[in-house]
Amino acid sequence: MTRPSSEAEYLARMVPPSVRGVDRRTLLRGALGVGALLGAGGLAACSSGSTGSTGVPTGAVTGTVTVGSNQSDAVPKAAVQSYMDAFAKANPGTTVKINTVDHNSFQENINNYLQGSPDDVFTWFAGYRMQFFAEKGLVGDISDVWKNITGMSDALKKASTAADGKQYFVPITNYPWAVFYRKSLFQEKGYEVPKTLDDLNALGAQMKKDGLAPIAFGDKDGWPAMGTFDQINLRVNGYDFHVSLMAGKESWTDPKVKKVFDTWAGILPLHQADSLGRTWQEAAQSLQQKKSGMYVLGSFLAQQFTKGAEQDDLDFFTFPEIDSTIGTDAIEAPIDGYMMSAKPKNEGGAKKLLQYISQPEAQLLALKADPSVIATNQTADTSGYTALQKKSLEYVKSAKSIAQFMDRDTRPDFASTVMIPAIQSFIKNPKDIDGLLTSIEAQKKSIFGS
Amino acid sequence: MASKRKYKGIDQLSTRDKVVVSLMVIVPTLIVLWLVWLPAIGSVLLSFTNWDGIGPLSGIKSVGLQNYRDIATIYPPFWPAIQHNLIWLAVMFLVATPLGMLFAVLVDRGVAGTRFYQTSIYLPVVLSLALIGFIWQLIYSRDQGLINAITGGTTDWYGDPNVNLWAALVAASWRHAGYIMLLYLAGLKGVDPSLREAAKIDGASESQTFFKVVFPVMRPINIIVLVVTFIESLRAFDLVWVINKGRNGLELISTLVTQNVVGEASRIGFGSALATIMLLISSVLVFIYLRIAMKED
Repeated sequence: MTRPSSEAEYLARMVPPSVRGVDRRTLLRGALGVGALLGAGGLAACSSGSTGSTGVPTGAVTGTVTVGSNQSDAVPKAAVQSYMDAFAKANPGTTVKINTVDHNSFQENINNYLQGSPDDVFTWFAGYRMQFFAEKGLVGDISDVWKNITGMSDALKKASTAADGKQYFVPITNYPWAVFYRKSLFQEKGYEVPKTLDDLNALGAQMKKDGLAPIAFGDKDGWPAMGTFDQINLRVNGYDFHVSLMAGKESWTDPKVKKVFDTWAGILPLHQADSLGRTWQEAAQSLQQKKSGMYVLGSFLAQQFTKGAEQDDLDFFTFPEIDSTIGTDAIEAPIDGYMMSAKPKNEGGAKKLLQYISQPEAQLLALKADPSVIATNQTADTSGYTALQKKSLEYVKSAKSIAQFMDRDTRPDFASTVMIPAIQSFIKNPKDIDGLLTSIEAQKKSIFGS
Repeated sequence: MASKRKYKGIDQLSTRDKVVVSLMVIVPTLIVLWLVWLPAIGSVLLSFTNWDGIGPLSGIKSVGLQNYRDIATIYPPFWPAIQHNLIWLAVMFLVATPLGMLFAVLVDRGVAGTRFYQTSIYLPVVLSLALIGFIWQLIYSRDQGLINAITGGTTDWYGDPNVNLWAALVAASWRHAGYIMLLYLAGLKGVDPSLREAAKIDGASESQTFFKVVFPVMRPINIIVLVVTFIESLRAFDLVWVINKGRNGLELISTLVTQNVVGEASRIGFGSALATIMLLISSVLVFIYLRIAMKED
């Protein structure tokens, strides 16, 4: 969930044989200082699966299952280790080999990774990209695993299903995006949770008077502001429009999109100034230090708060209503989980592992490390949940429709090369919305048309 | 391949020597072909396609000049990137390199504590890039950075697109000047001291001695310094990438290529077109440089 900035280092082993040494990536790799091209490949472990080629084995499995993990921060990394160990323990003779890669590098190199020699099982997200990989045949069908999965809601199953009606993904945790605030600050100043846009504007004006930055904001990395766009879009136009806009089916010059940016421009003065040089961590710290009043972000912002009393002081509310005919029943709650590669070395072990990951035991072990997320399996015991987790759970359960996130709901090339610069230029100059939308639409046509 | 009958010299070599010589020619040639020319030509070819990096090379579809048209017309970061690359080149040539040369001259004259200065100026060159990014983040951060803490200002050094290019250039010059200093210092140490003595006897001042005697003598080093500056400016990428991945005022052609090609985006065709443009710009500059260098010889 954290996305630290770092440089690609994982490239070498991810070169697909078809392009090895042929295309310009060789050049770029040199430019990045990664010279170890020749050391590529060969990381996949040997295994001796004792099961047939299809179906989930009912008994114990043996051999080595390799897992590609993007949980590179120390704490989540330890959590992955803990449930993988638990799986190995439950299946004597099985070893799980985890290849951990920096979170951002993993995401950026996923195409090459999947075409090279991917691990049997790997971390990924639900959404457009998952379906895209399924369509391209880069990931394995795990519908048979889903036959044995219990405790997952229909919405989660739907989020794990590709266009062909088969499942390719097993959810482990998710976390909501919302407007976060400190209870103690709201109590101290007598603030009320805003229900509508007008409330939000009034509250913002009051906070300004009190010397606070009403809405903390940091968009140096480019993606956090996508969340604000999504929230406003879900309130102004609703879930269905969000989905079809992200799928490239709507025009960005549509007045509906313009209204999103107009609304945003209206509340932009409430946002912390100079956001383009600030990381989300710095913005979260300003909320923590009570220098700003609210923050539109995912619940992972709790990572910037000390465990215990300080995290308990953190609360959230859904983004205020903008259009009463649309309401507030659509939220954003990205799902993290695992997928299986198209040709796993140890298919039996991989499927067994995926099934294990869908169960409460593994999910609760995952939560131990990162209490800012919640288990996706409904039967998971919530007695150990923090107040924030309990609230997140209720929030996600009560939502009518759940979006992922802009960069998970649309083509990644569109999200990163068009939308990040576009939103940043909107933040710099909120006046020229028409020009901006025309530019986005022209680029969208070129990208989605190809 | 390497041996021709008419060439007398090679006939005098033993068979074993011939094999060795052939290998010494063939192997590097193949490496250069494989690592330099193939990717370069491949890149140019890919720039006429819309390949997304997935699937076999046979599945690639040509789109003609569309990528180039898109870059020039509907891709907003492109023109700023060209501009920033030129500014980068100018600052390196006019500020960072002369500064490095000045440092070298001062250190060479033996100011007190020469070794200390020499080491501290050269230090940035040795530091890893991640560390440099981190150091400057500590200095430039708007809310928590050193500069704003001392001055009490609220300048958004990395976020304000009017400022951040210059902030990045300061950091880049900081590194570049050290590199040039070391190169130049090595050259200065090699200048025959008797030249300076002769100049002194003739009554030349310090600056006259440098500009009229030492500087012309150091022509080979000057050319190396020029080439190094030139290459470093065109390659400018790493520092900007560490700061904000080359967005929002820090666009450079190299970062645009990387954004499009390396990331999850995988707009290989589009990114290749950008890379080809970069190749063309470099070639023009290399051509001009070679003309000048050859002419003077």
